[in-house]
Parts: sequence; C-alpha cells; structure tokens
Amino acid sequence: MMGWIGETVDSIKSIKIRQLLTQAVTLGMIVTSALIIWKAMMCVTGTESPVVVVLSGSMEPAFQRGDILFLRMTKDPIRTGEIVVFKIDGRDIPIVHRVIEVHERKTTGKVDVLTKGDNNDVDDIGLYADGQMWLHRHHIMGRAVGFLPYVGWVTIIMTEKPIIKYLLIGAMGLLVITSKD
Amino acid sequence: MHSFGYRANSLLTFAVTILAFMCAIVSFSFSNQTPSAQIQILNINWFQKQPHGNDEVSLTLNITADLQSLFTWNTKQVFAFVAAEYKTSKNSLNQVSLWDAIIPEKEHAKFWIQISNKYRFIDQGYNLRRKDFNLTLHWHVMPKTGKMFADKIVMSGYSLPDAYR
Repeated sequence: MMGWIGETVDSIKSIKIRQLLTQAVTLGMIVTSALIIWKAMMCVTGTESPVVVVLSGSMEPAFQRGDILFLRMTKDPIRTGEIVVFKIDGRDIPIVHRVIEVHERKTTGKVDVLTKGDNNDVDDIGLYADGQMWLHRHHIMGRAVGFLPYVGWVTIIMTEKPIIKYLLIGAMGLLVITSKD
Repeated sequence: MHSFGYRANSLLTFAVTILAFMCAIVSFSFSNQTPSAQIQILNINWFQKQPHGNDEVSLTLNITADLQSLFTWNTKQVFAFVAAEYKTSKNSLNQVSLWDAIIPEKEHAKFWIQISNKYRFIDQGYNLRRKDFNLTLHWHVMPKTGKMFADKIVMSGYSLPDAYR
C-alpha cells in the first residue's frame, strides 16, 4: 500500500519535472534561434543594425514614424543621394538622413559627408557634435535599401510604454507554462 | 490539435508570411523607364572667396525634366535633386547638392523650374575659378513598400568663370 502510494507520487513528480524541463529547453531554443537569425542578418548586410525603426518625421513623407528600414553596408564609396543611418559620437540614437554633400580626399580616400533630412529646412550641422563640420565613414552604420510601413510601431510602443512590454512577456510566459503541447 | 486557437494561430501565421512575401516580391517588378532632363545655367549671380577662405558661388539654374515614367502603382514619391560634381587637387571627388524636390505624384513629375541654388555651393578651399564641372540630376524612387532604387543623368560641360565677381 505505502509502496504503491510512493510509486504514484514519484511518477507524478517526475512527469512534471520532465515537462517543465522540456518547455524550458524549447523556450531556450526559440530564443537562441532568434539570436542566430539576428546575428546572421548582421553578417549578410554588413552592419550592426540590419533593421531600424524610423523615430522622427524628418524624412517625411517618404518615411513616417513607425516604418521599418532595411539597411546594408558595403565598401562602396559614399555618394550624394544615399540615405544613410549614422550615429553622432556620444549619442545613442541613430539618425536616418540623406547625404547632400561629399568631398573625397584624393590621397587617403577618406570622405567628408554632410547630411540633411528631406523634410528639414536646414542641413544636419546642428545635430553633429560641437565643432564637427562633417560626418566620416566610421559614423555611418548603413544605407537604407528597402522599407516596410507601420511594422515598427510595435517597437515604439514597447519603448515608450514599457508596461505593455511587461504585459506581453507575462502573457507569453503564462502561455508557455500552461500549454500542454 | 484541432482547437480553434490552434487553427487561428496557423491561419494568422500563414497570412502574415504570404503578406511579407508579397511585399518583398513587389521589389522585382520593373517598368519601362525613360526619364529625361536638361539643365541650363542661366546666370552666375555672384562668385566670391569667403572670409574663412573657401570659394562660394551662387547660380541661377533652369531645370527641365520628365520623370513620369518612373512612377508605378507602388511608388510613394520620387525624390529628385541636382548636384554639381568636380575634382580639385586635394579632393578626387566633390559632390555638392544644389537643389532638391519631392515629387509626390506622376502629374508633378514633368516640370520646368528656374531657381537659384537652394543649398550653398561652397568649396573646401578656393579652387573654383575656371573650374569645369558636371551637373547631375539624381532621382530616388521611394516605394509604398519594398526596395528603393536610384539612378542619375550626368550632364557635363559646365564651367565657372576665371575671376570672382
């Protein structure tokens, strides 16, 4: 009698643990696959951020807040007309604007680049660091080659209202735990 | 396995995948593109060496263009701009944008405009006297979704005067 109870209790315990472990491993696999895909995209496109979300209206009406831009970086020289994504030293937020001026040094091949948002009245000199007159190649993270409208709103909402992020993660966690598949 | 939730999930995933695929495919449709343009320099308004040592010139341009063939059902806008391109002893290439415009519709893509340069034409140095340069009309076709593409027409044979005025 005691042996049988002991057996049942043990078997119940072991099922739960096995199921839990399987679910944990599955979750880990999903997260790792997502990471692998992201890193692979970084390799293929040649840039640290293969995808960015448009945050401001300075390139309207072409790019609206909430659009997603696909970026690529190649060794090709930077030329006017290209829409580039750049970061100013000391600032986190990448800016997506168009190149309007290029001066390429004959001897070193280095470039001085000036950018401007299509929808802005003035060029970006005011955005650059104090005393900086030009952007250089190392500031530029990639060129915009394609885009998808509206999809980026998910990221904007999650950044600006973090409570939604926590709700979503909580809901997903709950789904994972309660699903029997 | 056959619950409503499972079916709804499969359907939604399939629909979103197809939508993404269609958005991507759209980038591969090309139409017959025959844009044309002409630019004339009507006047050199002034040509000075600035106090900081760099040459600056102000021009009046006459720009005629027909970019209507670039518009398709997937075109959101065409961004057109004119740039001056020239070489100096220090720089193997200088490109300075002089004017740009956003063309939102096919009807506005055939135009004639006479303006002075919207952006300042300033050299890195004082190399502009007697300088030969090209004027290029670039266009950047921005789609409603998908791949953007750009091209240009290069017009050569322009030059700046020998002396400041």
